[in-house]
This record gives sequence, C-alpha cells and structure tokens, in this order.
Amino acid sequence: MTAPSTTAPAAGATTGAAAGGPTPGTAEAAPRPALSVRDVYKVFGPRPEEAVRRLRDGATRDEIKHLGTAAVIGATFDVAPGEIFVVMGLSGSGKSTLIRMLNGLWKPTAGEVLLHGADLATADAKHMRELRRRNVSMVFQHFALLPHRTVLDNAAYPLEIQGVPKAERREKARTALELVGLGGWEDSLPSQLSGGMRQRVGLARALAADTDVLLMDEAFSALDPLIRREMQEQLLELQQTLGKTIVFITHDLNEAMYLGDRIAVMRDGRTVQIGTAEQILSDPANDYVAQFVADVDRTRVLTASSVMVRPAAVVPGTGGPRQASRTMRDAQVSAAYVVDRQRRLQGHVRDEDAVAALRDGKETLDGLVRDDLTAVSPDTPLAEIFAPAAESPLPVPVTDAEGRLVGVVPRVTLLTAMVPPEQHADDGAAPAPAEGGAR
Amino acid sequence: MTDALVPRIPLGTWIEAFVTWVRTTFKPLFDVVKDVLGAVYDGLDTVLATPPFWVVAILLAVLALLAKGWKLALGSLVGFVVIAGVDQWGAAMDTLALVLVASCIALAVAVPLGVWAARDDRVSRAVRPVLDLMQTMPAFVYLIPVVLIFLTGPVPGIIATIVFALPPGVRFTELGIRQVDAEVVEAGQAFGATPARILRQVQLPLAMPTIMAGVNQVIMLSLSMVVMAGLVGAGGLGQQVLGALGRIDIALGFEAGLSVVVLAMYLDRVTSALADRAPVARALAAARS
Ligand SMILES: Nc1ncnc2c1ncn2[C@@H]1O[C@H](COP(=O)(O)OP(=O)(O)OP(=O)(O)O)[C@@H](O)[C@H]1O
Ligand SMILES: [Mg+2]
Repeated sequence: MTAPSTTAPAAGATTGAAAGGPTPGTAEAAPRPALSVRDVYKVFGPRPEEAVRRLRDGATRDEIKHLGTAAVIGATFDVAPGEIFVVMGLSGSGKSTLIRMLNGLWKPTAGEVLLHGADLATADAKHMRELRRRNVSMVFQHFALLPHRTVLDNAAYPLEIQGVPKAERREKARTALELVGLGGWEDSLPSQLSGGMRQRVGLARALAADTDVLLMDEAFSALDPLIRREMQEQLLELQQTLGKTIVFITHDLNEAMYLGDRIAVMRDGRTVQIGTAEQILSDPANDYVAQFVADVDRTRVLTASSVMVRPAAVVPGTGGPRQASRTMRDAQVSAAYVVDRQRRLQGHVRDEDAVAALRDGKETLDGLVRDDLTAVSPDTPLAEIFAPAAESPLPVPVTDAEGRLVGVVPRVTLLTAMVPPEQHADDGAAPAPAEGGAR
Repeated sequence: MTDALVPRIPLGTWIEAFVTWVRTTFKPLFDVVKDVLGAVYDGLDTVLATPPFWVVAILLAVLALLAKGWKLALGSLVGFVVIAGVDQWGAAMDTLALVLVASCIALAVAVPLGVWAARDDRVSRAVRPVLDLMQTMPAFVYLIPVVLIFLTGPVPGIIATIVFALPPGVRFTELGIRQVDAEVVEAGQAFGATPARILRQVQLPLAMPTIMAGVNQVIMLSLSMVVMAGLVGAGGLGQQVLGALGRIDIALGFEAGLSVVVLAMYLDRVTSALADRAPVARALAAARS
C-alpha cells in the first residue's frame, strides 16, 4: 500500500504550493506580495528592545519574562494577492497582536511589515491613513462597533471616513448588510442585536470599506454553525470573484482548513508551521502541530488528489482481451480500468469477462467494458468519496477536467487517511506516484 | 522648641512677595479679567433677577420638563415657590448666576484639559498634583490673594469657585476618555480616521456619560462654595447665611440654607437628566428596554 500522496496532479492543482511560496495559480508570475512580514517581534513590557536581542540570541519566551511579554516572536511570511492566509493558535499565542501590526495599529518592536511594498514603520500619519482607507480594513475580535450609531451608520463608517457622500455610502452599507444577512436591521442599535449579529455588522463594515486587503480577527467566532458555514462560503466567493487578500484568524481548525490557502500555526508567539491545510495535516512540523490537528475533520480537508494512488491495472480500449487478462493477472486484481488513447476513462473490464472473450477467440474488448463507475475530481473532499466508494466494485477513479484517469482511491486508503499521521507512521515513506495513470 | 534645630523658613514672606509681584506685574490682565467676568455675571444676574419671580420660575421648570419630565418640573416649581415664599428669591438668583458663570468657565478649562491629559501621560502626571492641591488647599488660603488681586464682589467669588470646582471636571473627562474601549478607537484608526475625527465621533460621545457626571460634580461643588463666595462679598445666598451667622438668626439661616438645598437639587437633577440624554446613554437604555 502506498502512503497518501501530497503531490497534486499537474492539472487542476488548487493546493500544494511550497510553504512560504506564492499562491497556487500565480506560481509563475510571483507578483509582489500584498503583505510582507519580515522577522517581526512585538514585546510588551519595560525593556522590549533588550528582550528582542535576547530572543534573537536564542532565549526562550520564559527566560525574558522579566523584560516583557513576547507576544510575537520572529514572524516571517508573505501573503500573496488574492490569497486567504489563516493564522491559527491557542488563546494568547499572539494572533491579535500579529494582525494589529499588519495595518500598523501597533508598531513592531523589531522587524518590518510591508503593505503593497510600503513599509508601515516609515509611513507618516497621512500616508498611513491613506493606506487604511484605500487598502486595508479590519474585522475586530470584539466587534468594536460604535454603540451610539445605528447598524447602518456603523456599516457606513469607513465610507464616511473616506468622504463618500451620504446617499452613496448608505447604499453601499445597505448592500454589505444584505450580504451578511442583516437586511432589515439597518435602524437598530448594536446593543439591540445578538453577539452573532453584531459580529456580522463588523463584517459588513469591513466589506463596505471595499479594500483589497481584509484583516479578520476571529471574525466568525460568535456565529452559530449554520450562519458560520454560510459566511465562510461567502468569504470564499468574495475572494474568488473580487480577488481579495484575506488574513483570517481563527481558533477553529476546521474553519482554518476550509478557508485557508495557507495556514500559519502560532504557539506562544512563534509561528511553528506555515503550509497548506494538507501539508499541515499530513506532515505536521512537530508534536504540537500534530496534536493541534489531531481532531480535525480530515475528510473535509483532504481531497482525492492527496490520497489517490496509481491504479493497479489499466488497459487501453484498443487492446484485446489477451492484454487485459494478462495485465490483471500480473497485478493480481480482478478488474482493470479501460482508457482511450487520451487516457480518458471508458469504464472497466472484469477478469471473468476477459477470460470468456479470450476463450471465444474475440480480438477486441467490444461489449465487455462496463461503464458503471462513478469518477470524482482531484478536488473532491474525502467526505464526498465515501458514497461512491461504498458502491464501486473498484477503487474510485479520479479524473481530471478532460475526463482523463489521474489516479484511484481504494477504500482502505480512504479509511487510513482519516487517521492522523503519527498513528500510522509505520506505513513507511513509499514514494508517491508523480502521475496517476499507469501505462 | 524647634528654633535651635531648624531655622525659621520665611516661606510665607516669599509667597507674599510673590503675590505682590504677580499683582503688580499682571495688573492690566487682572483688570481685564475682572471687567469681563463682572460684566458676564451682571448680565446673567440681570436676566435672572429682573423679571418677576414667576416668569423665571416657570422658565426653569420648563427646562426641567424638557430635560426630564413633568414630575421634576412640578417639584422644581414647588421648590422655587418656597424660595420666593421665604423671601430669598433675589439672593437665590444672584447665587445661581454666580454658580452658572463659574461652572461654565471651569468646564471650558477642565474638559479640554482632561482630553489633553487623557491623550498624553506626561500632561496627566503634571496636572494631577495641581488638581490635588486645588481641591485640598483650604479655600481661605487662596481667597486671600484672590481678594488682594480682585478686591471684593462677585468676581473674586467666581474665581475662588472656579479654583475649587474645576478639578472633578478634569478628572472625569480624563477618566471618561481613557475608559473608552480601546478597540473602538482602534476601529476608527483602522479605517483611516484622523485623531480629531476619532475624538469627535468616538471618544467624546463614548465618554459623554462620564463627562456629564463630571459636569454635575463641577456644578455641585460650585454651589458648595456659596458661603465662601459670600465671605468675599459676592452677595447671594452665601451672604444671607453669613448674615444669619453673624446675628445668630436661626430663622434666616434656615431659610437661606433651604434655598441653597433647593437650588442644588434642581441643578443636580437637571444635569443628571441631561447626562441620560447623551446618545451613548440612550443607546444603552434602549438595549435594556
Ligand atoms: N496591550 C498589551 N499589553 C501587554 N500585553 C499584551 C497586550 N496585548 C496582548 N498582550 C499579551 O500578548 C500575548 C498575546 O496576546 P494576543 O491578544 O495577541 O493573543 P491571541 O492569540 O489573540 O489570543 P485570543 O485567541 O485569546 O484572542 C498575551 O500573552 C497577552 O497577554
Ligand atoms: Mg485575539
């Protein structure tokens, strides 16, 4: 049995970029990052600079406690335009501190933050205000609404600051409120809303600002599961249609995995791993991350492409029953996938049919190919492969957009993939097939 | 006997010399202050004390009605009738004019100072001991130089009242602004608001309930200075009380004292009602209903 592959097939890759690398889909162009965080430290306390020096020399967070609280330690990452970058970590790990440095609300003790190439540390107050009005908006962990303003005026606040005329900004704010499902609540005061609704006002406010970068600090934490899922889907849609760059903080692992193009895991101020959901799941950097991801719903995160293996037996539709039966005998299987010249999946042929045809002296597979297989795409989450796997006589075939067979998902692989990696480490590191199809 | 150990420090003489120096050097300035304050006080006093009693009483009651409701209005009216009934109306209006002028000036200084102190820790640290001094120094002590400079009449009364009543205005304003949820201020910053806009649209509105409590305190403290003001010849109810004291006139003392209490209750209730009408306070009240 081959170990789950983390290598996506050449076509249709949506994940799998190297940690720290640019977003998938923009790999070649490598545009200027929307946000660039370079060795950033934030220490609260009496002697922050000295604390940073000691930390750089390898001191631990506890050793410099008397100098201050190190909230963020040596954070370095880029966020590409159009990427959703998720920051995850336990309470107090420094997430909110980090995100506040991304729009300059707090100055780093050391290191630099570049927003669209502009160094926030050297930007003067006016330039900073420009950047915040045009480029970056924020959803606050505790909502931070103006209690004496109506929901509508709260949502319109960034536009008011931008100097948008009243009628226009109210129209835009209304649209944003509709988007978060708060149509009809425009004239209420924040204190009259539930926590989840207030959070959505904060969301609408950030959306109304219509900036290209969105910083979201636990923006969905107060929402009930149904609305939460709806908001997550909308966020993805927004990001896909409008190309927003999003930094999203969350406690919720499943949310992180669902939203994040890449995920940074923070612990006690340090970023312990940055990678795609699949990388973090299948190759955790250390025990901490492994434990962290142990209870994630892996079937929603892992996709067919990450667990599929090379099909054991594939025969060309143009070949005869002799070739088919020999292939099956060599592979010790009782059925083979049938593909055409372009490796498009035609169906499968069973061993007894091939042998019977051989006995009857038939030269072709005509009439023997059964097309009762349900194929899935490389992006299909494992959760959606269980049903086809249960019905399928063969491992579930994975086909790309052109219908070419790129791999298969055996039922046992499906089941193994649900177990966190450290529990089946004895699988060995069998090399994953670079390409799904056998010849 | 301390004369052997510690030589006599002529602190008092120094201060006296200093006051004299200030008095002579800044005489033109003090004259202007005196004229302006005197004119403002006279103007307000004329407005309050010249019309017939019932006109002013009804106007003040209407104010209470607008601020709070008919109960307060009615109660105020009854209180005013009592004041007029014990023949203290004129003195009460003199006192009211003095309290209003002193409070307004104290607030005009205190609120900006409080805002500044809230934004700058150094200012806060510098201002705090001065406020402590102003509040704890016995009023008689600064009354002496004030009288020296401004002689007698309402103006020194107003000045002394300002000195005594100003500190809570600064403290409450600073406290109110500092208490504003940091994240809401950050929200303003995060969307690119200027500091002035944040002050105007976020900090002041959110601090308003606390600032209004400070306003209330300033007015109450001003009123508590009436007797002291009477001492320097400011007239009004304070003078009545002092007169009663001098003649051991229990009846007059009680009547003047009762008038002070009525004024105090009126001013307290009206300013509290105004505090409840601040947008933030109203928003919170709306949530509770
Ligand atoms: N203004 C501050 N002054 C001093 N210490 C601070 C300040 N803000 C944060 N800290 C400290 O920095 C650390 C990280 O805090 P931060 O708020 O960034 O955590 P977080 O990951 O956002 O946590 P949560 O998930 O609870 O929101 C904590 O130890 C906190 O006590
Ligand atoms: Mg936080």
